[in-house]
Amino acid sequence: MTRIRFRLNGVETDVDADPDASLLSILRGQLGMTGPHFGCGANECGACNVMIDDHAVAACDTPLWSVKDKAITTIEGLGTAQAPHPLQRAFIAEQALQCGYCVSGILISAAALLKRNPAPTDSEVRIALDRNLCRCGSHNRMVRAVLRAAAEMIAP
Amino acid sequence: MTEPVPSPAAPKLPPSLAANPVLSSWIRFSPEGHVIVSPGKVEIGQGIVTALAQIAADELDVDIARVKMVRASTAGSPNEGVTSGSLSVQHSGRAIRQACAEIRQMFLAAASDRLGVAPDVLAISDGTISGPGNVSTSYWELADDVALDRHATPGAVPKSSAQRALAGNSVQRLDAPDKVFGQPRFIHDSALPGMLHGRVLRSELSAATLTALKEDGARAIAGLVAIMRDGNFAGVVSETETGAERALLALRKGAAWSGGEALPDENQLSDWLKTQPAESTIIASKTAAQPGEKKLTMRRHYARPYIAHASIAPSCAMAQWTGRDRVRVWTHSQGVYLLRSDLAMVLKLPLDHITVEHMEGAGCYGHNAADDVALDAVLLAKAAGGRPVRVLWSRADEMSHAPFGAAMRIEIEADLDAQGEIVDWRHNLWSNGHTARPGRADQPALLAATELAKPFPRMISTNPPQANGGGGDRNSIPLYDFPSWRIESHRLLTMPVRTSALRTLGAQGNVFAIESFLDEVAAERNEDPVAFRLRHLSDPRAQDVIRAAAKRANWKPAPRDGTGHGIGFARYKNTGAYCAVVAQIEGAEDISVKRLTIAVDVGEAVNPDGVINQIEGGAIQATSWVLKERVRFDTTRITSNSWTDYPILRFSEVPEVEVEVMARPDMEPLGAGEAAHGPVTAAIANAVFDALGVRVRNLPITRDNLIAAMELTS
Repeated sequence: MTRIRFRLNGVETDVDADPDASLLSILRGQLGMTGPHFGCGANECGACNVMIDDHAVAACDTPLWSVKDKAITTIEGLGTAQAPHPLQRAFIAEQALQCGYCVSGILISAAALLKRNPAPTDSEVRIALDRNLCRCGSHNRMVRAVLRAAAEMIAP
Repeated sequence: MTEPVPSPAAPKLPPSLAANPVLSSWIRFSPEGHVIVSPGKVEIGQGIVTALAQIAADELDVDIARVKMVRASTAGSPNEGVTSGSLSVQHSGRAIRQACAEIRQMFLAAASDRLGVAPDVLAISDGTISGPGNVSTSYWELADDVALDRHATPGAVPKSSAQRALAGNSVQRLDAPDKVFGQPRFIHDSALPGMLHGRVLRSELSAATLTALKEDGARAIAGLVAIMRDGNFAGVVSETETGAERALLALRKGAAWSGGEALPDENQLSDWLKTQPAESTIIASKTAAQPGEKKLTMRRHYARPYIAHASIAPSCAMAQWTGRDRVRVWTHSQGVYLLRSDLAMVLKLPLDHITVEHMEGAGCYGHNAADDVALDAVLLAKAAGGRPVRVLWSRADEMSHAPFGAAMRIEIEADLDAQGEIVDWRHNLWSNGHTARPGRADQPALLAATELAKPFPRMISTNPPQANGGGGDRNSIPLYDFPSWRIESHRLLTMPVRTSALRTLGAQGNVFAIESFLDEVAAERNEDPVAFRLRHLSDPRAQDVIRAAAKRANWKPAPRDGTGHGIGFARYKNTGAYCAVVAQIEGAEDISVKRLTIAVDVGEAVNPDGVINQIEGGAIQATSWVLKERVRFDTTRITSNSWTDYPILRFSEVPEVEVEVMARPDMEPLGAGEAAHGPVTAAIANAVFDALGVRVRNLPITRDNLIAAMELTS
């Protein structure tokens, strides 16, 4: 057991745990934050993506020790129903989901993209989301939603 | 003597309502001002809950925000069997519409009594019933006076399409906000007080025997509550999820297995299907009154591989024993009552000792491991001392132990006359059965049932009858006006690779074969494939979708190097939605689908954006099946047990999809979830031929299969 401190959705957080435990297991277990989803456990689907210092990262194969002193944003920290992130508003406006299991990871990948590239093209969005899998076929709606959010963030 | 004058047909209740006639089992009014709607169908990511809420809100004239949808449970929901086959709007939607129409009449009568005005001058607005002179009451005020605990009676007339405020409009999905804000909604994210975590130990080997199990490694893991072993079924229960994972890892190290039934050669799959013992059924046959004269016969065969459901979420369930012989189960199964029957068989318990409640999972696309993991949870929870246990499958188990969509071999022969017209058509298909769902046989369909010390036999998949849309033979009867035909299905009686219902059952394979073959005939005749199809279709709705898709795609665009266009059409199950697709592809060695232009006729589109979403999704999923997907195996095990070994279409590979929904507000609503798969598959294959002159008859259309087809062509 080691105490590891990081900033989670803006809140200083201490965790006493095995430093080799996956970040996803800590988030979903001890911290009760179930927005990031388990999909494969092998960094192959993106369902568990969280933002670590502005980069979208698969939490399932990120060891706890590696996030010491970092800032982590999960889908819960991106925005809320009361104060939604423009991406979340856009996903609802475009109805950019079917089952929605992959959506939290995709929103995180998209948020990281818009931080480094506020005005992406259609194909830049697709490349940024290429490591996120969606099985329902909602891809084009999601791309439209990301472009809509980007436009809104540039000229609100 | 005079014939009795036939009376007009007596009105009948929709089948789901006739089977579950108590009105209050569908609709109730809560004192807080809500309408509680309780369908037997479940949300599997298709948006059905929203469409059903729209129907209820419309018929009762309440704001949709007042409608609270109840998840299906054997504790009280109507029994609507399974949520499958694109039938939820037809079944549940019609029942709810009819029940609400009658309930509305009952409340108008009660309001009339209370307010002292005639019912026909009363109006309802957001549940408030008002009449002349500012008199008013509401559903909620009257709820105690109107007994809904009685059977529905036929005769109430639902609103006409013009009177509906919501149906026909794109209402936003009720479940979207939770999912977009990461609020717990999936069973995977749900926790019960005192909940433990379970994991099941399964070998990579198919139908393996557990020959030895050393438990000491797992026993040393912190948090372990129990190790469960019953024959070849083994698993762990732990206080924490991490503990369960670690204990499973340790248990795996202590396990020895021997292999089961040998799997076929994956490279000879289509030939293998034809050599297996099979039950043959004539699906349809007709003979021309004046047989045409055969000049030549065309023969082709087509094949598709096993296809995985490959849900993004591994299957999950929770179970809790409340006493020695009563158990509660939470599941993302498509049929809570059907799962309950199978559980009762395995557990040897009366049905009413088992409660099965639905919770949302990820999209399942048919019968995946949802039901299997429910039995796993029930078995592991036996060792949990009355505490609830949540069980989650691994990605590898999801990709290798869940049932697959069945591989198919389809042979079509057509006799052509001197003018090149089809005078006889013969379609033979070989495939495992396309369904082994729970609750339908005298043996359970659940995986763990075959692993117990006293095992149940492994169920061999069967096919639903043609009257229910068929299974392997789904869409094997052409919608085209050929003068004579014979359609025969050969269902395998062996099943080394486990199969069950995957979206569209056999329709994807059959439509691929029929529509490819038609293209081949049209090409032989030098006839435009769209014109050729239109000439053989007498159903105007079929013609309309083909014309609409062709028009929207500017059929047929001038050819450019390395691009091709193809058409595909089907009416799903020959009784459901009509769908025509024009595919535009590019490529030489690796095919890229650039654009799918689709026209669809689903009758009344209750939620048009929901329909478009389903069609788009189906089209993209079908593109993934066509370009990439094939379950891989060697003689002992399924080898495609990760996303690396079972790749699916990625964002950068997804085509543009354009959908036109035909306006048919007065037609019966038809489901949209499975309409696009077959036509998209065929349209892509036909576009590949258009671009390259190569006919790929073995799916998927990968580089390897393309090269093999080129060698066959040259």
